[in-house]
Amino acid sequence: MYDLLTNLLGNQIVAYVIAASLPLIFVLTFVLFAVLAERKVSAHMQDRLGPMRVGWHGIIQTLADMLKLLQKEDIVPEGADKTLFNLAPLLTFLGTYAAFAAIPFAGIYVGSSTAIGIYYVTAVSGLVVAGLLLAGWASDNKYSLYGAMRTAAQIVSYEIPTAIAILTMVMVSGTLSLMKISDMQTAHFWNWWILGGPETGIVKFLLIPFMIITFLIYYISSLAEVNRTPFDLPEAESELVSGYHTEYSGMKFAFFFLAEYANMFAVSAIAVTLFLGGFHSPIGYLGHSLGIDWLVPVEQFFWFTFKGTALVFVQMWLRWTLPRVRVDQLMVICWKYLIPYAVVNLIIVGIITLL
Amino acid sequence: MLTEFGKILLFMIIAAAFVPIGLITAKLIRPSRPTKEKNMIYECGEETIGSPWVKFNIRFYVVALIFLIFDVEVVLLFPWALAYKNFGVPGFLVGIVFLIILVLGMAYEWRKGDLDWDRPKPQIPTLTNDSAGFEEKN
Repeated sequence: MYDLLTNLLGNQIVAYVIAASLPLIFVLTFVLFAVLAERKVSAHMQDRLGPMRVGWHGIIQTLADMLKLLQKEDIVPEGADKTLFNLAPLLTFLGTYAAFAAIPFAGIYVGSSTAIGIYYVTAVSGLVVAGLLLAGWASDNKYSLYGAMRTAAQIVSYEIPTAIAILTMVMVSGTLSLMKISDMQTAHFWNWWILGGPETGIVKFLLIPFMIITFLIYYISSLAEVNRTPFDLPEAESELVSGYHTEYSGMKFAFFFLAEYANMFAVSAIAVTLFLGGFHSPIGYLGHSLGIDWLVPVEQFFWFTFKGTALVFVQMWLRWTLPRVRVDQLMVICWKYLIPYAVVNLIIVGIITLL
Repeated sequence: MLTEFGKILLFMIIAAAFVPIGLITAKLIRPSRPTKEKNMIYECGEETIGSPWVKFNIRFYVVALIFLIFDVEVVLLFPWALAYKNFGVPGFLVGIVFLIILVLGMAYEWRKGDLDWDRPKPQIPTLTNDSAGFEEKN
C-alpha cells in the first residue's frame, strides 16, 4: 500500500501520511454508523423505533449529533487539574488509534507490518487505561474518580485473561505478526484458528474445543476491556453518572465517545484476526475465479469489516440482554473463573501442539 | 524510508494531531460564557462536600499488585511461546514450571481471601413501635 501510494503520488512523505490516515477515515465512518446502530439495535430490541427524524430512518442522526457537540460550550470545572483534564481525551484516543497501526485490514494494507504486532497491540492499549484514569483524576468529581478507579481495576484485571488467551494463540500459531496469523487462515473457513487452523489430522480435531474456549475467554475479557455491558461498571449511568467523563462536555466528550467505539472495533478486529480468519474470505474469492486482481483486496476489506462489525453487533446485543454485574462478581469472574480456565487451557493447548 | 516502528510513530502523531484539530475547530465556533454555577463540580445539583481525592479501598492496591506479577509473567512467556516448539518437551516443561509456580502463588492469594472483594453485610431495616416511628435496627 505504501509503495502503491508512493508511485501514485510521487512523494513518499505525503504517501506515508495518507496511508497512515486511512484507518482514521475508516474509524470515523465506523463510529458514525456504530453509534446509530447502537441506538437502532437497542430500540428494536425494546420494541421502539429509535431515531427516526434526521434523514431516512435517522440515518444521519450521528452526523447531526456531531455537529451539535461541535457547537457545545466546553466546560472545565473550577477545581479540575486543567492540563491533565485536557490531556486525557488525547491520550485515550491516541492509545486507541495506535492499536489500529498493527491491524491488517486487507492483504495489501496494514499500517505497520511489524513482526511483534499482537504484542504491540496488547501493550499500546494500556495507554487507554492511563487516559481514562487521568480523566477521572483530573475532573475533581467524586463520580469520575470512582469511575476511573473502577475502570483501572477492571481493565487491569481483565488484561490478564486477554493476554493469556493471546499467548495461547501465539503458541499454536508460532508467530506474533498479525499479517502472518491472517495468512495462515487463508482459503476456507475450516482453516480459521477457531476451527483448528491449518493443522491437519488429529491435532486439528483436538484443538477445536480448546480454541473455542480461548476465543470465548478472549471475547468475554475484551468486553470488560472496552467497558461494555455486562462489565460497564466504570460508566454505570444509573450509579456513577457516566463515571470518568461526567465533567466532560462538547468535543472532549466526543473524543471519549469516539475512542470508546473505535476501541470496540479494535478488540473485535483482533478477535477476527486471531480466530476468525482475519481479512480472508470464508468461501473463496470472486476476484480469483473471475481473474480480476483488484477485486481481491476489496473483497478482503469487505470480509474484514463484515466480521468485525458482526462481533460489534454481538457486543451491542449482549448489552441489551445481560444485566450489569456487581463489583465483587466482576472480580470473581476474572480471578476465579477466567484466569484459571485460561491457564489450564494454555497448558492443554501446549500439550496438543507437542503431539 | 520509515521503519515499521516509524510508521507506528506516524500513526501516533496523526492521532495526537487529530484531537487538537477537533478541539480548535470547536473552539472557533462554540460559545464560551462560563458562570460560577456552570463551572461547579457536578454532584446531582448539591453543593459538593469535601474533596473527591479521598482514601481508597486497599483492594485496588492488591489487585494492582497481583496484576503486575501476572503481567510480567505473561511478558516473559511471550518469547517462550514463540520458541518452545524448537526444544520439544523439555522446552515446554520450562515454561510450565514457571507458570505453575505463579499459579501456586495465586492459589495462596485465593486461600488467603485476597481475591474476594468485600461487600457490606446487608442491614435489614426492621419496624419498631417507638414513638419516633421508623427506626433502623442494626
